[in-house]
Amino acid sequence: MKFLTTNFLKCSVKACDISNLNFPLEYDGSKCKLVQNEDIEFQPEFLLNILDRIDWPAILQVAADLGNTSLPSQKPELHTNMDELNEEELVILRDLHTLLLQTSITEGEMRCRNCGHVYYIKNSIPNLLLPPHLA
Amino acid sequence: MTKYLLYMVQMHLNFRRAELESLADLFNIKINLDSYNEHSPFLIVDLDNEEQAKQLIQRSILCKAIYEYWGYGQNYPTLHQNIQNEPNFVQRRDSNKFKSFKFDFESFGGNHKKSLPEKIDTINQFKYLDFQGEIKLKDPQEIFTIIETYSMIDPQTSSNQTDGIYFGRLIQRSDRSSMDLYDLKKRPYKGTTSFESELSLISCNIAQVKPGTIMYDPFAGTGSFLVAGAHFDAFVLGTDIDGRMIRGTGKGSEHNMVDNFRYYKTESHFLDVMTMDFTHNSLRSNLPIDTILCDPPYGIRESIKVLGAKDPERFEGKENVVIDGEKAYLRKDYIPTKKPYSLDSLLDDLLKFASERLPIGGRLAFWMPTANDENVETIIPLHKNLELKYNCVQEFNKWSRRLLVYINRGDKYNGPENHGIKRSQTNFRDRYFTHFTK
Ligand SMILES: C[S@@+](CC[C@H](N)C(=O)[O-])C[C@H]1O[C@@H](n2cnc3c(N)ncnc32)[C@H](O)[C@@H]1O
Ligand SMILES: [Zn+2]
Repeated sequence: MKFLTTNFLKCSVKACDISNLNFPLEYDGSKCKLVQNEDIEFQPEFLLNILDRIDWPAILQVAADLGNTSLPSQKPELHTNMDELNEEELVILRDLHTLLLQTSITEGEMRCRNCGHVYYIKNSIPNLLLPPHLA
Repeated sequence: MTKYLLYMVQMHLNFRRAELESLADLFNIKINLDSYNEHSPFLIVDLDNEEQAKQLIQRSILCKAIYEYWGYGQNYPTLHQNIQNEPNFVQRRDSNKFKSFKFDFESFGGNHKKSLPEKIDTINQFKYLDFQGEIKLKDPQEIFTIIETYSMIDPQTSSNQTDGIYFGRLIQRSDRSSMDLYDLKKRPYKGTTSFESELSLISCNIAQVKPGTIMYDPFAGTGSFLVAGAHFDAFVLGTDIDGRMIRGTGKGSEHNMVDNFRYYKTESHFLDVMTMDFTHNSLRSNLPIDTILCDPPYGIRESIKVLGAKDPERFEGKENVVIDGEKAYLRKDYIPTKKPYSLDSLLDDLLKFASERLPIGGRLAFWMPTANDENVETIIPLHKNLELKYNCVQEFNKWSRRLLVYINRGDKYNGPENHGIKRSQTNFRDRYFTHFTK
């Protein structure tokens, strides 16, 4: 599961939707295995496109869960047009690429900070299913 | 404005016009389809320039190619006359004068094969074009194409006399060859639910899957639509309630979904697949999703299930079961129980989800099966925020399926609604297994 996807996933329990603790999930850094895939190509256009949709505080939170506290506290502000990007902005995009798309969690677990339910990631695939009493 | 000749396939006619319109709209190209004819593979359109012609056709599956239109005739003498009577003939001829070139032959209808001497003889009739450039069979600068049409004399034999000839300069071939690239026969990871390549690519075009955007398949299975979406450079995300579908069972095949993306060299466009019940969706609700494309379960090859217990009494108190000091339902190997759900409710959920997640103008496209012999009209699910843009039917012997395509128009649209309870009374699955004899 790509780091980017942690920015998409909330708790599946519907009752947790009224809480703002259901997103992002809390990742157990001691149990998460991270892998870097250099084969994923740099796609500046896509990154620019989704930067807008990214919840930056959630990125910071999950990165911290996983032991990275070096990210800037504010979401980078970049030109929205590819052609206007300067060198510095491209460097930022590359860093984002490494973090969001090249980094993935292959094994691990995550927990809802509202209801406490635990979800597992196995073979890079997160499992968001619920037992009947939570469904 | 310049005239261009579109050469389409004479197949999947219920999808052909929808694909063409959707691609034109995607690239903001205005085309006039007044002379579009279901029964003809040809269409002459006016476009601003070559660039537009290329855009219009380069990702099309149901077009073969687009040509700069030079002329038409019912026989060769009238063709030659017509070409030379076109207002910009001289200018056209001169701008191609020194380019390397070759002639290509295409034919539509019948099965007459032109022999080499016949072809040479035909090419020689075009001497008045006065091309001075080198004839290059490999990578010429320009390809001039002669498209002949033939009709059948009787069901077996076609006439060996053409009854119509188009002549044009090739501008762009379509993406039709990708059909073979994505052919299921050659796909590393597939299953009984995999969707054929041609219609999955066409679905992406009608759904306007765009480069650099997010496409989501909630019922991803073996990922047929995900690979098609990635082919068009979207970033694809899939979910399925059945982990075995996305992981691969390991039985008989070592492969899994990611292998397909590696095989097609689109791994960079694969975001993730997740084990998830669509109706207990974990994608945060304020995440915009550009396109939703899927083939929902309809109870034929796979049942429609959602999370929850079929008979809740049996599961009462189970949340307290402890194994090795751990709550059973929190263990890594826990497999939750599921209960049946109706297709109508699932489709209602899908439309509602689309109306909440798609941007205005974004498209939802999904496949829906229907039995042909039902004497009642098929009722199409509708949502008040979604415009039903296309309803393209593919007929089989005893059943059919249709691609339904909706555009999100937002809260103010207030279109007609149509909820599950009002729809089909008969269960498609039962009908399918009794072979529609009722
Ligand atoms: C018709 S198949 C789609 C197959 C897919 N297009 C492919 O390429 O293999 C429907 C899929 O929906 C899944 N499904 C059924 N109920 C579901 C639910 N509630 N949520 C998510 N997926 C579900 C099934 O496991 C099945 O893989
Ligand atoms: Zn929760």
